[in-house]
Amino acid sequence: MKELTPSTLVAVFEEIFGRGLFWAMVVTAAVVTLAYFYVLIRDRRVSWQKFLFAQLSMPVGAVGAVFFVMWATHSEFADIGGPIDVIVLLAVAVAGAIGMAILVYTLESFLVRRKPLP
Amino acid sequence: MTLDRRRFLALSAAAGLAAGASATTVGYAQDTTRTNAKIVIIGAGAAGTALSNRLVDRLEGAQITIVDPRKDHWYQPGFSLIAAGLKPAGYAVSRTSDWLPRGVKLVSEAVVAVDPETKRVTTDAGTQLDYDVLVLAPGLVLDNDAIEGFSLDVVGRNGVGALYAGPQYAAKTWEAAARFSETGGVGLFTRPATEMKCAGAPLKHTFLIDDIAERAGTTKRKIVYASPSDNLFSVLIVSEKVRMLFQHRGVEPAYRHVLKAIDVEKKVATFTTPDGDLQRDYDYIHVIQPQRAPSFVPESGLAWPDRWIGQGWAEVDPHTLRHRRYADIFAVGDVAGVPKGKTAASVKWQVPVVEDHLVAHLAGREGTARYDGYTSCPLITRVGRAMLVEFDYQNNLVPSFPGIIAPLEELWVSWLMKEVALKATYNAMLRGRA
Ligand SMILES: Cc1cc2nc3c(=O)[nH]c(=O)nc-3n(C[C@H](O)[C@H](O)[C@H](O)COP(=O)(O)OP(=O)(O)OC[C@H]3O[C@@H](n4cnc5c(N)ncnc54)[C@H](O)[C@@H]3O)c2cc1C
Repeated sequence: MKELTPSTLVAVFEEIFGRGLFWAMVVTAAVVTLAYFYVLIRDRRVSWQKFLFAQLSMPVGAVGAVFFVMWATHSEFADIGGPIDVIVLLAVAVAGAIGMAILVYTLESFLVRRKPLP
Repeated sequence: MTLDRRRFLALSAAAGLAAGASATTVGYAQDTTRTNAKIVIIGAGAAGTALSNRLVDRLEGAQITIVDPRKDHWYQPGFSLIAAGLKPAGYAVSRTSDWLPRGVKLVSEAVVAVDPETKRVTTDAGTQLDYDVLVLAPGLVLDNDAIEGFSLDVVGRNGVGALYAGPQYAAKTWEAAARFSETGGVGLFTRPATEMKCAGAPLKHTFLIDDIAERAGTTKRKIVYASPSDNLFSVLIVSEKVRMLFQHRGVEPAYRHVLKAIDVEKKVATFTTPDGDLQRDYDYIHVIQPQRAPSFVPESGLAWPDRWIGQGWAEVDPHTLRHRRYADIFAVGDVAGVPKGKTAASVKWQVPVVEDHLVAHLAGREGTARYDGYTSCPLITRVGRAMLVEFDYQNNLVPSFPGIIAPLEELWVSWLMKEVALKATYNAMLRGRA
């Protein structure tokens, strides 16, 4: 690869998903993240109860992300051939886990009615 | 400060706008050159399209004309995936005109002659185009007639594959190869003795069909890889690695075998070898036609007179890609007469070099960019794994991610690059953005 600048990366991702879908995904991720910060600031605290539930969803996100990538790329676990492969696989799992946790926490905060403070 | 929902949204929108604004200001760093030069680019494939997209950003007032008779643009690295049943034929097809920038004129005709003295290009429809600078980017032609008994009509039947011929032929190749992967027998995988584009592709096809047959449980198979030279790849360290993989997988190499003829009905191939002609029976044969420059290149006196005799590659300086006898002619992509570099990945490195020298030429300066022969090919070794092979004129390995992605290791990430990132990078290159 000749040069790996941020704008090349953006161009490559636009081509992978299509311009519309890529930016829609970026916006969705940004909106969910912003919504997450919004509820954090609004509630002025982390709700440990919600956080626990969000944590429980993390393995689901991790496994889901890994299987999605395997399915989308005609791959299987036997294809893992070297350290970098393990790292990429773990990165996919971690990304899936964190994304899922943020999503679940945010949804809970919006959907579950706030219990009045004691 | 209390933060209500509306206020929060307004704040974040402002932050988003600021980020967006700073993103749009990057990418316009290079200054433009004013000129009224006429530039003619022959061929709107990987190289011609990428160059035209970059030139419109660098030149103001130039008249750029690109000549290409083919309505469809072919993403050729996709052919290997189509011929292994991993993608449909449509995966590799888009429209030539969709990739071209505004302000560039497309002439949908084939060039038949160039007169470098009067600086004029003539097409099959009789159109004449005068130029100040000419870029040759017509790729190469497959010589279907060079192998006796072979023609495009036979591809896909009686166990004949020929994936180089185009997306439809790659799909037909898969029909024949899929049958072989289920029934087994003898598979002959060949490559031509001429220079060729993506010298890894014949190996990829061999590895993929072997892998697919293995997964299908077809144990009764003998796979032979026939190489015209006494190695399996021109870069010897890669050749050795492939030899080891072949040994491990039970693929038999046959050296100094040049395919000469096939008998489609009897399923017999004839090879020229140092010991004379040799016949081999097959159940599946993969033919890759010998490859040459389009005939107008040698006929217009633009080819090397003393190298690659009969193949017609354009006589250019290997580092600047400028014609050695005509300073106003460049060649980029497969047509260039350089020792390596017939891959789309090379095009990505060549295009900025030609751009630099071309723009400098118009500005009355000398260019400085240099091409060192970068060539690369994700060498698929099975569905799900590949080796990233990158090298230069001197057969040095030039890994893009040293210490992270090992060049001669079969890796899943390298497969991901071919399967997911390569087409995207190629498309970004076509748009002049990578
Ligand atoms: C099976 C296969 C697998 C490959 N795999 C890889 C890979 O994994 N990685 C990689 O980097 N590269 C790969 N390549 C190589 C890559 O596709 C080519 O090197 C690249 O397309 C070269 O670009 P080009 O512009 O020189 O030629 P092309 O992209 O072929 O474009 C040439 C254009 O010129 C036009 N033309 C031809 N004659 C004339 C004429 N007389 N007048 C006007 N126009 C004309 C044609 O219509 C065509 O549109 C592969 C190629 C094949 C066939």
